[in-house]
Amino acid sequence: MNETVKQTDIQKAILEQQQSEHRKKMILNGVLLVLLLVAPLVMYPVFLMKILCFALFAVAFNLLLGYTGLLSFGHAAFLATGGYTTGYLLSNVPGLSTELGILAGTLMATVLGFGFALLSIRRQGIYFAMVTLALAQLVFFFFVQSSFTGGEDGMQGIPRGELFGLIDLNDNLNLYYFILVVFLACYLLVQRTVGSPFGQVLNAIKQNEPRAISLGYNVNRYKILAFVISAALAGLAGSMKSVVFQLASLNDAHWHTSGEVILMTLVGGAGTLLGPVVGATFVVNVEYQLAQGPLRDWVDPILGGIFVLTVIAFRSGIVGEIQKFMRKNLS
Amino acid sequence: MPMSEQYVLETRNLVKEFKGFVAVDDVNLKIRQGDIHALIGPNGAGKTTVFNLLTKFLIPTRGRILFKGQDITAMKSAAIARKGVVRSFQISAVFPHMTALENIRIALQSFEGNSFSFWQSGNRLNKLNERAMELLDAVGLTRYANTTTVELAYGRKRALELATTLAMEPELLLLDEPTQGMGTEDVNRVVELVRKAAEGRTVLMVEHNLGVVSKLCDRITVLAQGAVLTEGDYETVSADPRVREVYMGTDASGERGATTTETEA
Repeated sequence: MNETVKQTDIQKAILEQQQSEHRKKMILNGVLLVLLLVAPLVMYPVFLMKILCFALFAVAFNLLLGYTGLLSFGHAAFLATGGYTTGYLLSNVPGLSTELGILAGTLMATVLGFGFALLSIRRQGIYFAMVTLALAQLVFFFFVQSSFTGGEDGMQGIPRGELFGLIDLNDNLNLYYFILVVFLACYLLVQRTVGSPFGQVLNAIKQNEPRAISLGYNVNRYKILAFVISAALAGLAGSMKSVVFQLASLNDAHWHTSGEVILMTLVGGAGTLLGPVVGATFVVNVEYQLAQGPLRDWVDPILGGIFVLTVIAFRSGIVGEIQKFMRKNLS
Repeated sequence: MPMSEQYVLETRNLVKEFKGFVAVDDVNLKIRQGDIHALIGPNGAGKTTVFNLLTKFLIPTRGRILFKGQDITAMKSAAIARKGVVRSFQISAVFPHMTALENIRIALQSFEGNSFSFWQSGNRLNKLNERAMELLDAVGLTRYANTTTVELAYGRKRALELATTLAMEPELLLLDEPTQGMGTEDVNRVVELVRKAAEGRTVLMVEHNLGVVSKLCDRITVLAQGAVLTEGDYETVSADPRVREVYMGTDASGERGATTTETEA
């Protein structure tokens, strides 16, 4: 009898803890939302949109690295495929409204992601990373060779067009709020995914794959779905980026970009929701600030140094370290 | 064959060859319904390899595996687990950064059919809490329901692992050295847990601690160099001079009797 009373008490305590954590998160998210809403009034919207696109890219990547334990070294392929597809359609299909162009780019990246996943998912660890890298290099080669991409010059002058054929996206503020809405929707989707029954299985796979198998989970299928969602969101980020800059370039497909998203995710904090957003904001800002000043030739070494420092001293990343600190001192 | 009805698990001429090395050599196991069956043998005898073959973590080179008379040789690991053959691991297999409760829930969740639903709220899994708490209670871990597993003592992790395995409602429980690396007190607790867990199901366990085997097991198969050396109940097997020989290295005059073989870390 006593035991059962205790059981319900413990269950209640667990639920209460979940609720209080949920409340804290809601407050933090509310503050961030207000900041994002007023930001373009004080900062250059295109720069903010660049941050949002890379933040979405990193959030997508983090679903694999942080929540499934898969290190993909080929995510540039999805960013670029989204960007080129959207760019090509908006440039060549007259009257196509922007959201359809973006949707098409996202779909293309999704299909490509499924292909990547089928070919790579059976490999573990470093072999998985190498297969994704190799596939991404094939995609890069395809874009280099294809004439529609404009080769080294990139695909230029992509029209921003109109949202639903109504809202003029050449207006930076209009475009900013459109991109913000898409970004927030994706962020919430990832948040939902991570907390869903599916997310629980991903977490189990990340922590102990053989055990997940022995509990009856066909882990490859879960990994494939996670990979496809991640590729879709990365493609969406690329599609939006090509609309913002009216440019899709080979840079996006280069392995350097795959490395950069790893950097953003780790610096911000892999396996935390906000980490990749903070990491992307940080990296884009550092790049921008350095490019303005006398250290403009030192961007890569400095980012490399930050990467090394993160891996050695701040393994949980900015957000991860803050969470650890709060847990230690405030609970 | 009507005889095969009473065997939950059978292997027929099971062979596993690695490059130039036969790890499991023509093994014919017959596990009777309701038994606690031990698989013993010196290091390198192929016990864990047999487990890996039974659960398809390794692919057999030759031979067949039958579960309740049905050939499961071609099935995948996850499918075998869902059929009711669930294993534990030598190294304690838990999800270290989940709470004890969440560990159990992951096992219960695999019967829910919504594990691909990435759009659903995780709160839907709260309905599993009650059953999960019952299972934690059964292994004496009620107090630790909300503790992150990595913080649990070794013996409790093993108890949690057992509870997680039981959550799968296995018909056949495969335990790979459940008392490995434990002190006497924990060993006795695990013996009790296994005895309780074995009610209404069949257990096949790899075990080094012959004290545990003598207390628990109805039947024992001795493996040596990948092949079955002998089989029988504890008295028969422990009296067999060949068993003493493989355990001792030479003939059976050493003072370390088979019954006091130490657990290995």
